[in-house]
Amino acid sequence: MTFTLFLQQVLNGLLDGVYYLLIALGLSLIFSLGGIVNLAHGAFYAIGAYLTLVLSPYIGFGGSFVVSPVAVALLGVLIERVLFTRFYRTDPIYSLLLTFGLAMVAEQALRMIFGAPPLSYSIPQALRGQVFIGDFIYSFYRSILLLVAVACVAALWFLLQKTAFGRVVRAGVQNPDMVGALGISLQPYMSAVAALGIGLAGLAGVLLAPIYSVHPAMGAEIITPAFVVVVIGGLGSFWGVVVAAVLVGLVKGLMVAFGYSAGSTAAIYLLMFLVLLFRPRGLFGERITRFE
Amino acid sequence: MTTKDHLSRRGLLKGAAGTALVAGLGMPAIVRAQSDVIRFGHLTPRTGFLGPLGEYAVMAADLAVEEINASGGILGRKVEILKEDSVNPQTASTKAERMVERDKVACIIGEISSASCLTIAQVAQRTKTLFVNTGGNSDALRGKDCKRFMFHVESQNSMYVKSVGRSFLEEGLVKGKKWYSLTADYAFGHDLLSVAKRFMEANGGEFVGDELVPTDATDFSAYLIKIRSANPDLVVLNLAGAQITNFLKQYAEFGLTFPIGGFGFDTALAWAAGKGNFVGTWPVVWHHLLETPGSKAFTEAFVKKYGKPPENQAWGEYVALKIIAQSMNELKSTDSEKLVEHWEKGAKFDVLKTREGYFRDFDHQLMHEMYAITALPADKITNEWDIFTSSGPVPGPNEPLDAIAATREENACTFQA
Repeated sequence: MTFTLFLQQVLNGLLDGVYYLLIALGLSLIFSLGGIVNLAHGAFYAIGAYLTLVLSPYIGFGGSFVVSPVAVALLGVLIERVLFTRFYRTDPIYSLLLTFGLAMVAEQALRMIFGAPPLSYSIPQALRGQVFIGDFIYSFYRSILLLVAVACVAALWFLLQKTAFGRVVRAGVQNPDMVGALGISLQPYMSAVAALGIGLAGLAGVLLAPIYSVHPAMGAEIITPAFVVVVIGGLGSFWGVVVAAVLVGLVKGLMVAFGYSAGSTAAIYLLMFLVLLFRPRGLFGERITRFE
Repeated sequence: MTTKDHLSRRGLLKGAAGTALVAGLGMPAIVRAQSDVIRFGHLTPRTGFLGPLGEYAVMAADLAVEEINASGGILGRKVEILKEDSVNPQTASTKAERMVERDKVACIIGEISSASCLTIAQVAQRTKTLFVNTGGNSDALRGKDCKRFMFHVESQNSMYVKSVGRSFLEEGLVKGKKWYSLTADYAFGHDLLSVAKRFMEANGGEFVGDELVPTDATDFSAYLIKIRSANPDLVVLNLAGAQITNFLKQYAEFGLTFPIGGFGFDTALAWAAGKGNFVGTWPVVWHHLLETPGSKAFTEAFVKKYGKPPENQAWGEYVALKIIAQSMNELKSTDSEKLVEHWEKGAKFDVLKTREGYFRDFDHQLMHEMYAITALPADKITNEWDIFTSSGPVPGPNEPLDAIAATREENACTFQA
């Protein structure tokens, strides 16, 4: 393998991880604040993708890029208000069962409405083409996707670290009782976090619909690697999830690059195993007393 | 807001393990006991990466049973079909066993996964119940793993390779040419790769790249970068299910233009990739544009019932059920042993193609025509379904039907009684 090819694979691996990021950040947020392991997170990603297919003929890809994530976020708030809220104080096993059930209901509903075969959807004409930098090749669409993802991560970071809203959320993650004692109700924050996290999953659905196949089980397909990212990164850690996503993409990409493609999936689990062996809280996992 | 104290990582892990267990068990079927019906069992993957094809299988099975019952059923009795998701090889075996022992099915049909075919066939052989495989391709099922009570309506990998291989030979893409192959990392892929390799080496081609792809891979960008730098004369896919769709979409996205094709295919994947993304030349066991009267009638009935054309997996279920019903009526018996003998004697059937088909006695493979389809350029496509052109039947009218099948020497099978 030439050095340029290697460099290209490194770069591609780094970028590949970013797609998991949009899913993993939401998962991590919802878990950190409410203690809910949202197995239905992939389902929201699938719903986002299907919404894009349905809406595009009327409002175009650009329109559904705005409308679909918002619609998915609203659905998320509804589910948070009606269902999640009953499980914040219970054993996480119950919320696991709840969200596992939700994921199945959503997948089967998509199957009943749209059928099991994948539906065709292509990259919009204006976003097709490739980017060449010297001998490097990259898809133009993926470059846009990358910019959007980076913008989302930056915006989320700003929201959590630099605003009053973010301060309450971070305090809620560390010590919800104390936040309550200070006279702040966490309820609206819970809803807002669900909207943000689930909306991001919906956005990932919109962005990946043109390059992945759109079928009812697509949510189940992406949820496992997203969980691996969250576990490697460490619960409650923003940058942990970011670093883990990039690391997972890189490991997968390099396994393929060096001709060990058959082990590329196994490698990310091995990575998770190794990280947990040496850092049981994940790479940058914070010590959150109530989860210990 | 407070959270209970026993929310721990350990608890979470236990929960996740429990969830995985529940997911594996699946849902039991509810069966009513009725003696005035003949019961068939249908098993095929409804979930996972083969699920999309399984749905076509189920639609066609329902249509076939409807038609069989409308024309008087079997031996004057109505046919009832029990349909279940086979999920994975272990679950498929458990469900097959229950269908035979508890539900007393006359036979089992279905499957797409070669691995599940094998576990169902083991149950079929032990209980002496007929199993007709409608979608598992691996040569091993007709060779070292063959079973006397298993018959194959689906073509074996050798037939797929040799039918599309002829198109590659005609286009000069084999002799002295460099192939880059991607292969699904499970039973079907491995089997197909070995047959493809045999074909390529026999005809003077060579690999510049040969990769195994995990079945859960969705992103192919790393492979595409390697393919581009290897500069092959032909990109060969031995993938299955939604992975082919993903690959084709991303192949177009990265703007690669090497000739492409594969040795395993389903028309649903072409439809899912869509106009402009679907490229290359592929083998199929059947497609909805065939002009024979049988195929036209089947396509018409399917479109009328479901509002879209059938894909090749639908043909498998439809033809298998029609063949079984016809044979049971002719033999005036639903006994599996008698059906096996009847088919081994070379009984002929309408399989909706230009020539009648028959099961080969030494490996129970259906002998019938296949087709190579080639993607139409985007500007010649008028609707979302008719996006390819087809070769004539392979083998051609002047050749014997077994011309493309593996020979006895290539794929030896010994039946146990």
